Formats: sequence, structure tokens, C-alpha cells
Amino acid sequence: MSFLSLTEADREAMLAAVGLSSVDELFRDIPAGVRLGRALDLEPALSEPELVAHLTELAERNMDTGTELSFLGAGIYNHYVPAVVDAVLSRGEFLTAYTPYQPEMSQGILQAIFEYQTVICELTGLDVSNASGYDGTTVAADACFVAKHATGRDKVVLCETLNPQVRQVVKTYAPGFGLEVVEVGHNGGVTDADELREAASDAACAIFQQPNFFGCLERARDLAAVVNDAGALAVVHVDPVSLGVLEAPGSYGAALAIGEGQSAGNYQSYGGPHYGFIAARSNLIRRMPGRIVGETTDLDGERGYVLTLQTREQHIRREKATSNITTNQTLLALAGLVHLSWLGPQGLRELGETCMSLGEYAKARLGFPLVFPEQTTFKEFAVRVGRSAKDVIREARAKGVHPGYALGRDYPGLDDALLVAVTEKRSPADIDRLAEVLGDVAG
Amino acid sequence: MKLIFEKSKPGRRAGSLPRYDLPKAEVPDELARRTAPRLPEISEPELVRHFTALADRNFGVDTGFYPLGSCTMKHNPRVNERVVNLPGFRDLHPYQEEEATQGALELMWRLQEILAEVCGLEAVSLQPAAGSQGELTGLMLMRAYFADRGEAEQRRVVITADTAHGTNPASVAMAGYELQKVDTDARGNLDLDDLRAKVDERTAGLMLTNPSTLGLFDEHIEEVAAIFHDAGALLYYDGANLNAVCGISRPGDMGFDIVHINLHKTFSQPHGGGGPGGGPIAVRDLLEPFLPVPAVVRDGETFALDYDRPKTIGKVRGFCGPFGVFVRSYAFIRSYGPALREMSEAAVLNANYLLARLRDVYDLPFDRLCMHEFVLSARSLKRDHGVTALDVAKRLMDHGFHPPTIYFPLVVPEALMIEPTETEAKETLDEFVEAMRAIAAEAGTDPQALKDAPHRRPVSRLDEVKAAKRAIVKYGFDEHPPTPVAGERETLEAQKGS
Amino acid sequence: MAADESYPDDLRYHPEHDWVRVEGDTATLGITWYAQDALGEIVHYEPPEAGSSVAKDESYGEVESVKAVSEVVAPLSGEVVEVNAKVVEEPETINDDPYGEGWLIRIRLSDPTEVDSLLDPDAYRKLTAEQ
Repeated sequence: MSFLSLTEADREAMLAAVGLSSVDELFRDIPAGVRLGRALDLEPALSEPELVAHLTELAERNMDTGTELSFLGAGIYNHYVPAVVDAVLSRGEFLTAYTPYQPEMSQGILQAIFEYQTVICELTGLDVSNASGYDGTTVAADACFVAKHATGRDKVVLCETLNPQVRQVVKTYAPGFGLEVVEVGHNGGVTDADELREAASDAACAIFQQPNFFGCLERARDLAAVVNDAGALAVVHVDPVSLGVLEAPGSYGAALAIGEGQSAGNYQSYGGPHYGFIAARSNLIRRMPGRIVGETTDLDGERGYVLTLQTREQHIRREKATSNITTNQTLLALAGLVHLSWLGPQGLRELGETCMSLGEYAKARLGFPLVFPEQTTFKEFAVRVGRSAKDVIREARAKGVHPGYALGRDYPGLDDALLVAVTEKRSPADIDRLAEVLGDVAG
Repeated sequence: MKLIFEKSKPGRRAGSLPRYDLPKAEVPDELARRTAPRLPEISEPELVRHFTALADRNFGVDTGFYPLGSCTMKHNPRVNERVVNLPGFRDLHPYQEEEATQGALELMWRLQEILAEVCGLEAVSLQPAAGSQGELTGLMLMRAYFADRGEAEQRRVVITADTAHGTNPASVAMAGYELQKVDTDARGNLDLDDLRAKVDERTAGLMLTNPSTLGLFDEHIEEVAAIFHDAGALLYYDGANLNAVCGISRPGDMGFDIVHINLHKTFSQPHGGGGPGGGPIAVRDLLEPFLPVPAVVRDGETFALDYDRPKTIGKVRGFCGPFGVFVRSYAFIRSYGPALREMSEAAVLNANYLLARLRDVYDLPFDRLCMHEFVLSARSLKRDHGVTALDVAKRLMDHGFHPPTIYFPLVVPEALMIEPTETEAKETLDEFVEAMRAIAAEAGTDPQALKDAPHRRPVSRLDEVKAAKRAIVKYGFDEHPPTPVAGERETLEAQKGS
Repeated sequence: MAADESYPDDLRYHPEHDWVRVEGDTATLGITWYAQDALGEIVHYEPPEAGSSVAKDESYGEVESVKAVSEVVAPLSGEVVEVNAKVVEEPETINDDPYGEGWLIRIRLSDPTEVDSLLDPDAYRKLTAEQ
């Protein structure tokens, strides 16, 4: 199967116009020494029905959250994606368009990004958002880059309660940025403000997560305050669907808010593609990485949208760019816009309240000791299951339930700890089932 | 057209969520939201109409010809959308147990094998989220490789061509390297004398795309590779132009040690208005130990994620990368099999056909057969009629085409970089030729029509200077500046009359 | 509204397209007609702070157009005594009057002899012709 439109007759006519007699001659500038000279060693072409059968067979060897009752979270969540999201994303004018460099051809995408930027600013309480980053991990690296150039300092502080993959990605980028990375350990499932103040004293920024990786609510106001006192930028990694019930970072002193957008509008999709978001105070606008859409007018005075402040970006400033990002995650961010518009402010608040009340119900029904009993949680909480959490997961799955994430994978002393996520897709009956299964398999 | 916020009405709502009769959980006061975010309050019918109206104001490959050079705007097969939405892919959590993700792991492993074969290299990581992230990852690999050999301090410089994509120098800076540029000669190849003068023991490597952004295959690529390898340096291939050479020449065989592939260019992942993309990297064996974790490995009939890579550079993105993109690209490649070669042949034929039919009306900076794209210049139009590449681009919109890339590469003044891709029909190419020829003629008879173009889009030419000055980057609700600004419309009317 | 091409006789020029007008132990700095023409309409000016030092041949700020961001280079060394607030508000002043109202900073010179290494108008004009 191929997707070509040329016929044999077309090829002959075209070769004649070029003045050649065979397709091979088109490649005469390629030196013989680098020609492949054989067919590619790939499996034979599949027709469309065969292709669908093959992919279906592969997909059926995966156990997805529609088939198995799942309480797995840890950064990627099983939230409900409304049908309107699928409908909008299937429009070919969005799906198959390029980055909107020619604005008169792309007002649909440009206006949608402008609306997305507005929504992110509303959620985070900040002044400028970009058009998206790759995911919730790389935007943390972006934020460190912004902070380094804004403060002139070359140390960044990461809280241990920040998602482990986010920390790992920052550490991968740090050497190239010339940044030193230090971590502040957690204290009972949250970050201690005094320890953070100490670590931030000569830092460009400090990043903490709200709610954090354990699902716990940090004392975000206090943490931002001590970071600001230290002359560093407070960067908060937030859950977008928590921002109907949790305070906006811009209201408590954050300079930057970042996060993984997946919970708003994207399927889990084995980890991607999703979108990262990054928003900042207005004084950082010229340091923002990535695309930004701005409003303007046309020759007739009509309102329109264009990519703006492009001189910051790779294709004009080249080696002095604020980042190298080109292709970002526009379509997934569009999904986020649609989802958040579908929810509206009321719906977003209800979503947060539902997650929290289901979480409390689950804690009570499960009856296991909480790892961090002092803390308020949002849509996830950690329990001790009395034996290896990995073994408990395996045995629970044999009964058709995935109970959560084994925290011992990332944190010492937590091999018996299970991180249980509860979203609006889980009912009290589902939670009852989890309680039953865990009751059978826990230690 | 109104913004979605301007269609908002208090009390309206599209979505519905399950409600349970459970006690409310309280958020501590100092952490609780005080003012609700001003998300749109809109019904589902209004929501659907809004996004439909936006789609109507947008142009994709599905709409028409989209010859953006170095972007490879080929048709995106619909079957790919069907398979990516199979629940076993779409609803799979990335932390699911490996025994329950064997289909996903096998798909990734097979895609790795395919990309290794296409590139002529040995090991692959699918993790980078886009081409430019692939570049940065490749440069990090370079740094790790030389550090492992004790040469990190010695090798500080990466060389790029003066025709390079803007991402190349930006990636070099982000990786902590110094940048040096090498010239392109009159035939469109790297200037070997300039190169020999610049490559020495301080060189870490070369970043190059071949064919170049001029659409020309470097005829001395073997010599170029030897110059770098003799100096102990590495070669990095920017895969943006891979569509020209699949099954014909492989970057590994050209001498490149690290390659990034743009899945959203060569392998049909839809561009989505600006992403998602995928930027996997293929490397020679000697660089495999440094690849990001986890690696996707095979052990007999079982597939697994291997985190035990002591020399890894770490992680550049969450999980294994953009999995949904892999599904589409895998499906695309399986649809072709070894006939991937025909894809590249058609891409190159389409480009040369356009070149042959346009070379007499626009300036041609390099008189050679092109590969999958070529560069024309509007410099004569500018000199003779004051009409620029920008004006040509805007007027093409009125003919129903998306313009080609303009003002790139920088070495060609008034550049028009045209890449038709392999999926276009000859009739479409002929229509494009007619439009380009008509515009060239119109430059002489009615240049103002070009300078005021476009005339047939939802907006006329937009003021990018004003956008940069005002920097309005979100809706300001009650404080949003009115359009037009007071007095502007009268001024515009007056100007148009004169 | 951009100015016509000119390179006034009373100024001295730096090869990075910056000019200086020496007035005793202070000097006024800006960018040349050539620079503003290459950039196109200027939309933003990022100045240094009053009281900070500038060093000969080094960047002291940025000007930005839709096409590019460019560093502005100091032809002479000294301490910044005044920043042109008008240009911060209306950056396009640089295009309209690059040598007059479009001045960028005034400095107190730390080494007046540095002016000997700068270009006179003819030498600078020749340089721009070669670009």
C-alpha cells in the first residue's frame, strides 16, 4: 500500500520535462560509495486490512485501563476525556496543519493557541504562557534555563517531592546549561520551608510540586515566600485539574508555573504525546521559551493573531535563542483547551472536589495505614500494605485490579508503600472492589 | 471572529461529571482557590460551532498543497488515526506492568529495528519528543562519549553549515558547545578548504543535514566524513531531509555516527498545527551505552525496559517518548515495506519537475538536479518591480496554496524553499506552476495586488510589528484593548482611499 | 518614517554599527543608520541600568525588531549616567532619528583615549559598503 498519486504516465511526462529518462538518473549526484545498492531489509508491505489486524493484535497484548480496574497515577492519570475533544482533534484543518508561520492561512490554530494561553494564565494566575512545551518534565528544564538567565545564578533546587522523572530530566539538561542541581529531602511527605530557604540562598530557582508526587498538599505559600526571600525564582509544578480548588501559584508568589497537561484533555497513551505548560510573570516575557501567539490587526483593522516575539526563538536568534524548541505539542494543548472549556469554572471545581472526596472515601474504606497521615491530599495518597508493594500489585492484578504505584521504586524506605490514585472515573463501588482485593492480598 | 471567552455566558456549561453522595473534603484555607479561573462558560453546541469556525479559518495538508521546504508536508494516512485509538494503545498507562504492555514494547522495538535499517546504524532511542530535542540529545551523547574518553575539555566546538536549520546553532548552545560555521561553495556543497581549516583536535563534531536545506546532496560527503573522523570527531545528521534518500542512501553509510529522524516529517505523524512530533535518534554501536533510559530490549519472545545503563546521559523526556507518534509512524512504514524507496523517488521526482518548470521565471541560485526540495530566489522580482518573496508567498494564498518556506536558507536572498513531497498529484503540481508563473507576470503588471495580498483569506495581511510592540498574549477580559484602537479605523480608511 | 541614510561628521563609529558623540568627559551612544535599516522597525529596547559600567567592544543592551534581536555594543568604556526613556517607550524613535532623539545612553568616559581606535565617517561608510 502506498500513498502516492503519480501514475506511470505521469512519471514519464515528468521525467521528460526534467530531461531525464529514468528515475535513477535523479540521484546521479549521490556518490556510488554511499549508495545502498540493495532493497531495505524491511518486512513486506501490508495492505490496510492486514495493517489494522497486525496493530490490533499488538494492542490486544496490552492491558489498558478500560479493561482492568486501575488506580495507577504517579504523574499520568486516567481522567475522562470528553467526546468533543476527539471531535475537534479529528478536524483535518487542525490535525494536518503546520506551525502557523503564515498567519493568514492559520487563524484557526493561532486563535486557538491564544485562547489556550489565556486559559493557562487564568489557571495559574500568571501573565504570559507559551504555546506548549514537550511534557511536564522538559518544562522544568525550560524553567531552570529561564531562571538562570533572569538571575545570573547557576544553581537550581529541586524538592524530593517533585516527580522523579521531572528531576531526572532536569539533571540531564543541567550540565549543558552549566547548572548545579541540589535536592531538598521531604519531611513527612512534604517539604520543610526552613530547609528550602537554606538551599535556595544562592539559587536561580527552586521547584516544588503542588500537589506533590505523594499526592500531598505542600505549604505552597510558605515555600514560595522563603524562595523569594532568598532572591531565587519560585517555580511551582502544578496539576492543571487541581486549579479549580487549589490556589493559583501567581497569587502566592510564584514567578513561574509549569506542569504536565495530560490530565486536561489527553488520553494516557503509554506516556505520550502530551503537552507541558509553562507560564510566567510579565517581566519574564522576553525570556519565555517556545512559541507565543499575540494579537494584532490586519490591513483593514480587523483583529487577528500571529506568532510573536519570534526573535527569541531558534529560527532567528539561532545560537542566542531562549530555547531550541520548534515543533511543540499544539494539538494536545488544543485538546486541553477544549476539555477545560467543556468543564468551565464550575466543572473544574467539581472535578477537584470529586477527586478529593473520593480520595477520602478510599482512605477510609481501604483502612491501611497512611504513609503521611498528617497531610491533606488531592487525588492520590500513599498507604502501607504490610509487605512488598510490588508483590501486592502483581497479586491484585491477578484479581483484575491494578491498585497503584510502588513508591519503593523511587524512594528509600517505602518498599511497602502503594500510591493510590482516584479520579472522577472511579466510583465508590470501584473503591469498594479495590478494598476487597487489597484486603485479600495485603500483608 | 469572537474569542471563546467573548461567547461565554454565566451559568452555561457543556460538561457533566458523576456526582457521589460523599462528604466534601476540605482544602486548608491558605491553599484554597479564592477566585475562580475565568474559563469559558459555554454549551456543547456553542463549543462545537466555535471550534468548527476556527477549523474553517485554518489550512492543512487535507485542505490543499502545502510545499513548505524542509517540513515534508505529506498526506497523513487516515488508517493511522484508527490504529492509534485502539484502546490497547490509547488507554494504556505507562507504568503498567511490563508483562501487560508486551504489544507496546514490541511495537517500539520493531520501530527501532526499522529506523536502524533505514539509517544504516546500530542502536536507537525513541525518547526525544521532536527533531530539535533529538539534536540536543545527540549533542549530549557526543559530550558523554568524549567525557568517557577523557577528551571533554579538549573538544569544545561543534561545526554547522551556514545553511543549517535555526535549531542547530540553538541546540549547540544549549548543549554547552561553541559554534563554528563552515561555508557552502558555489555548487552547494560544503567548502572543503574552509572545512579543513576549521577542523582540528578541538572539534567535537559536525552537524549537517544531507541533502542540505538547499535541497542538494553533498557530493563530497565521504571526504567530509573522513576529515572529521581523522580528527577524532563525530558526525551528526539532522534528519529533517531524510525524505529524499530512504532506501537510496543511508546516513550511516555516508559516515554519520548519530542521526535524528523527524517522525512528523518523513514518517507521516500529522503536524497538528505545531506538534506533536517525534525525534528518535539512531547511533553507531560505540555510542549505545550513553543512550537515554529506559532502553527497549528483546529477550527471545519477551520485550522489556532496561534501566541498567550506567553510562546513560539520563532522560530527556518522560517515559519512553511520544508513544502515539510511534504507532502512526510504525503503521506508515509497515504500509510501504521496502517500497519506502519509491516514496523518496516520488518526492525527488516531484521536486525536480517543479524546478524544471519554474527555473525560467524565478532565479535559481544553484544549477543542479535537486533532491526532495529546491530553493528559488525572487531577487529579480525585487530588483525590477519591488516585489519580494514575502509578497509572492502572500499572493499564492489567493490561488489556494499554502506558501513555500520564505527567507530560508539565509544564504539565498529572497529565498523560496519548495518541497512538494511524494503524495502530490501531477495535476496539483501543474496548478502550482501556473500560479507561480502568473504571480511572476503580475509582478510586472500589477505589483500592488501582490503587496496587498492576501485578498481571499479570513484576514488580510497581518501587522507583525504591532504584535511585537503591544505584546498582547492573552485575553484581558474587561481590560482587553478594543479593536481597532480608537482612531485607527478612520486612519486606515483614509490611507486606503489615497 | 525612517530617516535617510547618513553618517554625521561629528560622530565616531564602531564596526558593530554603533556611534558615539564625545562631549568633553561624557559621551552619547547609539546605533547607526545602517543598523536600524538592517533591523527594520524596532519594537523593543532593553537598556542597561543607570550607574552600571559599560566596556569598549562589549554589549550593553539589546534592540529588537520583528526580524531579529541585536546586541548594542559600546564603542567606549564608562559609567552609565542616563538612559533615554523616550526610546524605551517608543523604540521606533531609533528608526526615525538614529543620531538625535534615538540616542540610547549617555556615559561618563573612563578612558577618553579609546576614541582614537574608532572609525571616522568615511572609514565607516566604506565598511558598510563592503557588507
